[in-house]
Amino acid sequence: MIEVSAPEPRELATPGGVLVDGVDRTFRVRRTEVAALAGMSLSAAPGEIVGVVGPSGCGKTTLLELICGLQQPDSGLVRSDPAALMPQRDLLLPWATALDNAALALRARGMPRAEARELARPWLVRFGLEGFEDTRPAALSGGMRQRVAFLRTVLAGKPVLALDEPFAALDALTRIQMQGWLDHVLADEPRTVVLVTHDVEEAVVLGDRVVVMSPRPGRAVATIAVDLPRPRHRTSPEVLELRGRALEALGVHS
Amino acid sequence: MRRVIGVIAILALLLGIWEVYVDAGGADPLFLPAPHSIAKALVDDRSLLWSNFLVTAEEVLLGILLAAVVGLAVSIAIHFSHALRDAVYPLVVASQTVPIPMLAPVLVFWLGFGLRDKLVIVALVSFFSIVVATLDGLRAVDPDMVKLMRTFDASRRRIFMHVELPAALPAVFTGAKIAVPVAVIGAYLAELAGSNAGLGYIFQQANAQLLEPRAYAAVFIQAVFAITLFVLLTGVERVVLPWHRNPE
Repeated sequence: MIEVSAPEPRELATPGGVLVDGVDRTFRVRRTEVAALAGMSLSAAPGEIVGVVGPSGCGKTTLLELICGLQQPDSGLVRSDPAALMPQRDLLLPWATALDNAALALRARGMPRAEARELARPWLVRFGLEGFEDTRPAALSGGMRQRVAFLRTVLAGKPVLALDEPFAALDALTRIQMQGWLDHVLADEPRTVVLVTHDVEEAVVLGDRVVVMSPRPGRAVATIAVDLPRPRHRTSPEVLELRGRALEALGVHS
Repeated sequence: MRRVIGVIAILALLLGIWEVYVDAGGADPLFLPAPHSIAKALVDDRSLLWSNFLVTAEEVLLGILLAAVVGLAVSIAIHFSHALRDAVYPLVVASQTVPIPMLAPVLVFWLGFGLRDKLVIVALVSFFSIVVATLDGLRAVDPDMVKLMRTFDASRRRIFMHVELPAALPAVFTGAKIAVPVAVIGAYLAELAGSNAGLGYIFQQANAQLLEPRAYAAVFIQAVFAITLFVLLTGVERVVLPWHRNPE
């Protein structure tokens, strides 16, 4: 059994970096070969938030699975400190309460239920879920479900977070609120983050850098440094300018 | 309330047609007794029927329980091992083709004459639906959920305990519900193959003595028993799996 070092609020940040260098990854679907990534490179320094934007089907999810060690590259190098995934859909367990869902990563490593719940409880309060500890996912709002899912990934205690379009399923208003919330949480609880999204604005508002990917097979076609103080305003001229540059790199002219 | 009235109306109509049909000479009451004579047999033979119902009920209940335990164990073993899936699953299917009259004497020889041989037959005919449904439930788990658990460093066993098994429980109940009428008919066949008590035994005896109303009364009780068991299981499912189908 793996010894679990109990993560405490505010002491959880662990340095960790990500390096993806010249990675190719091809899938065989029936008899056709589909190249998901070709010569993809990306890096994230410890504590850095890297937004990854690209058109649909450009291999963004494959990239995250490589970083999480769920897949191996065909060629090229992937080196990452331990990474925990936050999937596109929240994938909360419908039979478990918010508290038990948040504690799932701890239970996955063998922590007894009572201990895992006690550890997760103060985090639910911090994440604005107080009073919903015993509520099942079906009765939570979309934003709350996403917060539980994010907390579950944070409590995995990994230095790297791989977020796969975490807010894509939310309505526009909730998404903006959740972006502000995530910005706040990550300022409080720094982690290395690879944030995959198709929302360019989200990448610019949240990222230290934005990596733009080409259509499939995906590779990085541009890297845009976002050197702006936080919290960033999505309507500020600087944000709008960077957003325009990213869209241009995507081949979209606004 | 309107639902109840509707149910009663439909049943009354069907019984009415049946009654009129037999009374008008459509069928010899020796082969097809009229509902009123079945009802009379239910009342007149109530103590006989009740004591034999208890025998059958015990066979069915314990048989389904045995089937659930064995079925769950077999499903989990098959789920974890491809070799077992290839070797055992065909046998599970084949086990359903064995005629009870062929099996019954062997079981009596091994287990003696009484409850135990009946239990095995009931369990045998009802474990199939539990295995098939449970395996489907275990395999239907979202592969992304399994990936997520792997990034949390969960072992195969913990993925099973925390994700796969709870996700498959509704399917286990579905399998058990399908098994209910099969188990009742299984008990009937087992008693037919050799017994000295039970509703199947009563049916056979009454049939031989041309007491058709009593035979039909025994079948009626079996049907009511199956319905009751089915409804009970649905209720238990609602209590045990409140998240399923009726999220609060």
